[in-house]
Amino acid sequence: MAELNLDIAPKIKVNDLNFYYGAFKALKSVSLDIPEKKVTAFIGPSGCGKSTLLRTFNRMFELYPDQRAEGEIIMDGENLLTSKRDVGLIRAEIGMVFQKPTPFPMSIYDNIAFGVRLFENLSRSAMEDRVESALTKSALWKEVKDKLHQSGNGLSGGQQQRLCIARAIAIKPKVLLMDEPCSALDPISTGFIEELIGELKKDYTVVIVTHNMQQAARASDFTAYMYLGDLIELGKTDDIFFRPKDKRTEDYITGRFG
Amino acid sequence: MEANLHHEAISEHNPIYKRRRLLNRLLMVVSLSMLLYGLAWLAWILVTLLIEGGSALKPSLFTEMTPPPGGNGGLANAIWGSLLMVSTATLLGTPVGILAGTYLAEYGRDTWLAPATRFLNDMLLSAPSIIIGLFIYTIYVAKVKHFSGWGGTLALALIVIPVVVRTTDDMLKLVPNSLREAAVALGCPMWKMVTMVCYRAARAGILTGVLLAVARIAGETAPLLFTALNNQFWSSDMNAPMANLPVVIFQFAMSPYADWQRLAWGGAALITIGVLGLNIAARLILSKKN
Repeated sequence: MAELNLDIAPKIKVNDLNFYYGAFKALKSVSLDIPEKKVTAFIGPSGCGKSTLLRTFNRMFELYPDQRAEGEIIMDGENLLTSKRDVGLIRAEIGMVFQKPTPFPMSIYDNIAFGVRLFENLSRSAMEDRVESALTKSALWKEVKDKLHQSGNGLSGGQQQRLCIARAIAIKPKVLLMDEPCSALDPISTGFIEELIGELKKDYTVVIVTHNMQQAARASDFTAYMYLGDLIELGKTDDIFFRPKDKRTEDYITGRFG
Repeated sequence: MEANLHHEAISEHNPIYKRRRLLNRLLMVVSLSMLLYGLAWLAWILVTLLIEGGSALKPSLFTEMTPPPGGNGGLANAIWGSLLMVSTATLLGTPVGILAGTYLAEYGRDTWLAPATRFLNDMLLSAPSIIIGLFIYTIYVAKVKHFSGWGGTLALALIVIPVVVRTTDDMLKLVPNSLREAAVALGCPMWKMVTMVCYRAARAGILTGVLLAVARIAGETAPLLFTALNNQFWSSDMNAPMANLPVVIFQFAMSPYADWQRLAWGGAALITIGVLGLNIAARLILSKKN
């Protein structure tokens, strides 16, 4: 059901993934493919496990000792869950943008340079170029180029979120995870971010969790519908929205849910 | 009918509304008078201090040594001794306090050690300072067989630690987890997340904690009585008894000599002004940085 019979190679293959919050099973044997350089959206009602699934990809759940994942998340031939590599390296390859903007308490410039410095020792001018290109890609450069050394907290919510996107892509990840990136933003900023997501998929595999079905319909190429820890259906976004195969997906899409 | 009923109830003559308004006023008056009551005592202390101590604040206070009864003098040796011991104690206690607080808030979250340490630290925080003085007397002063600046410094450092541990712990806990996750999501190792992101976010609070600790030890008398004791002369030798403002104030204020008493007032005013100045300076620095 979750295998995509397309020509696009999967960037990430999830096989039989189970996830537990203590004794509570939040993901039940989930398997799916995430196509490379496409936008894949996870939709579903609150508590369905879509954010949980997203947070297994970069092993974010490991920060909390009562959470654990079993199964396989294969990227480039390696099971990320059991990889012997430092988890910091995995997280650098799989960037993440959060629900609420999270600028660090430092300047706009340093917010971006912070992540780059973790892995690269760039010269001053190379770093300036990297900061500029990240901010340009996230469509923020024009607005902040004259105040790079002011605090990131002084930006508006939408700008802060674009700063966080710039920070994530500045370290050149392979995959970009977005956990409801627009839920704290106004419609105009949301439009900006959605447009940006369309640009980002040229270079990155994007996975986005959203509560907003219109957003999934507008911004994604593939959509996965989840319900109570099960992956119900994964397909091309048009198919999911116009020709859902599963009755439960159809009920949710058409608002007959619950 | 129902709509009409509601309209009548929402009126200034509604007894429930009137009672609530009255209670609100009453509570405001009571809390305001309690505020004024508390402030009045503080103001009284400050005014007395400034009137009595103000006359003693002359240049000679900073240039001359503590005098014998009836002689002229200042507090230069006591000021120097206090500065030396308070700053050394702060330098010794602050890193220990910040690192221990960091363990509690960042590393030890899911261990049994953190809550146990937090509990013990709270006990240490409220321990009478005379006990700290006696403790250092027993384990250090009695062993080396003489009072000393180091003894005083150790006792003061022991008072600094729990204050800084507590505030660091509390302030780091106020840093939202989303900020930690954001740092970790970039591939950031934990120590870098703590030092580059969490410390920055909690900077103002942690610094306030250190200042609170400095303010606290600047006026501590009991722990110094058993450790540094006093010295009539200028001394920078940390292995010898060392003059300090609180003990001088204690001795001079209790004495029957008017000039000694005046110097005690001067010393008290000096400590208060010093602590006040330190706080103002810190706020200025922080507000500029943010």
